[in-house]
Amino acid sequence: MSVSVRVSHRQGDFLLDAAFEAPPGITVLFGRSGSGKTTLVNAVAGLLRPQAGRIAVGDQVLFDSAAGVFLPTHRRRLGYVFQEGRLFPHLSVRQNLLYGRWFAPKGARREDLGRVAEMLGIGPLLERRPGDLSGGEKQRVAIGRALLASPGLILADEPLAALDEARKAEILPYFERLRAEVPILYVSHSAAEVARLATTVVVLEKGRVVRQGPAAEVLADPAVTPVGARAAGAILEAVVVRHHADGLSELQAGGHPLFLPQVGQAPGSRLRVRIAAHDVILSRGRPDGLSALNILPGVVHEVRGGEGPGAIVSVDTGAGRLLARVTRRSAEALGLGPGVACHAVIKSVAVAPEDVGGR
Amino acid sequence: MDWLGPAEWQAIILSLKVAFWATLVSLPFGIAVAHLLARRAFPGKALVNGLVHLPLILPPVVTGYLLLITFGVRGPVGGLLQPLGIVFAFRWTGAALAAAVMGFPLMVRAIRLSFEAVDPKLEEAASTLGASRVWVFLTVTLPLILPGVLAGAVLAFAKALGEFGATITFVSNIPGQTQTLASAIYTFLQVPGGEGPALRLVAVSVVLAMGALLASELLARRVQKRVGGA
Repeated sequence: MSVSVRVSHRQGDFLLDAAFEAPPGITVLFGRSGSGKTTLVNAVAGLLRPQAGRIAVGDQVLFDSAAGVFLPTHRRRLGYVFQEGRLFPHLSVRQNLLYGRWFAPKGARREDLGRVAEMLGIGPLLERRPGDLSGGEKQRVAIGRALLASPGLILADEPLAALDEARKAEILPYFERLRAEVPILYVSHSAAEVARLATTVVVLEKGRVVRQGPAAEVLADPAVTPVGARAAGAILEAVVVRHHADGLSELQAGGHPLFLPQVGQAPGSRLRVRIAAHDVILSRGRPDGLSALNILPGVVHEVRGGEGPGAIVSVDTGAGRLLARVTRRSAEALGLGPGVACHAVIKSVAVAPEDVGGR
Repeated sequence: MDWLGPAEWQAIILSLKVAFWATLVSLPFGIAVAHLLARRAFPGKALVNGLVHLPLILPPVVTGYLLLITFGVRGPVGGLLQPLGIVFAFRWTGAALAAAVMGFPLMVRAIRLSFEAVDPKLEEAASTLGASRVWVFLTVTLPLILPGVLAGAVLAFAKALGEFGATITFVSNIPGQTQTLASAIYTFLQVPGGEGPALRLVAVSVVLAMGALLASELLARRVQKRVGGA
């Protein structure tokens, strides 16, 4: 089931004029704050009525300004995970989780409370009140609540933004598990979250869609730096080969070995690994006597200078397309340009656990 | 409690009956008006707000007189209701109406404050989970404003128990029919040797008022515990 959105809405000085298609999986709306992401999601939820456009989930039309269709929020069969949880303080965790079920149509597929509680690790919390939960626990309950409403689409508006790094790492795997269950529209301004979760990326800038497509493709484009070049990074798809006794895991990406700090997944698991552009060093010749373990030969695809002294170079390697953030001075000194052969060097310890996720 | 005579008992029971019905019947209206004032913007909002608060500021005698000329048998509303068998003038129902009108501003103020304290984002969340507006109100808003509703109801009840000016103007002071606690105390004080019964009724008034306040405090605390915490 895919989601198709076309919205045009003016609010004061801000004009949102965006259209995108969300195939199954997680579609991340990616952009700075103020780029119109939340407005778009609220339009899909029906919390905001756009001045013009059309929104459909599968063949169900939620909104069509031309036909005068506007389905009220409660009839859209959604699950919305808000940034601040928004759990009902007067209900227990169990009652919060089951809230949506009271209103689900009789024939709807029924999620099992026990299964969802186990998947989210909230079984022991069921009789507690939201007031007694930690931030991470609240957010997991909020995810469960959305899922148990048996929605046709889950909306998530920066569900991790209010959490610290440890809590984020705790919740990300749950979204990865949801990816296979129900289409998700996920708002984020975090490149790491996008790399980890997105099947499809829709990049928003000042109320407009500037780029959309499969995650690996969009993120490997050096032009896509909506939240700054600092956050640029590409995704490699890899398979776990074995875990070594010295704490390293050996992966394979496109036939090339890749050594990373121990990952949690068992040998044979398929992973996506985000390699941040500032953790990649480029070298014309094969570097010798270097401490870095991962050296991938490749060919420069594109060099893109930005404002300031930096440039982003995309390199096609056997393992996939990588982004490297180098100074413009180095790019010139090395004579980097499309078609030039070089080596991409990735320092193993630079890849943090939150950059590694299941597929 | 044989230190209270039948006339005194009559006044106490009538007062409780009047206050109970005045509170119960005005409660839905109080919630509706509080919701309107807290959540809606509409032309004439200031006027509605003023009308609701008028009984708080007007001399009670004026309110009573206005009720008399409106709801009296020959009044525009009273005349319409009479063929339906609804009569206020000089009946206990009239005392209840007067008490309800006088307690209404207190009730609305308390409930309005609790409406304003409810985060509309929680109501949005409920609607995304499939709850229609009515269900959102019943399952989220109402439980969350319950402490304010209780507080408003108790205030209105206490006000109704003690109402005097508007009641005596509107429905007079008929023993067994419209003679409430306050009117009875007033009557006893008008006759020689009435201080004894008057004092006893004063004691009863104090006990009733304190009892109501304590009960509401306890209830509110229990509800707050249930509702509290985000």
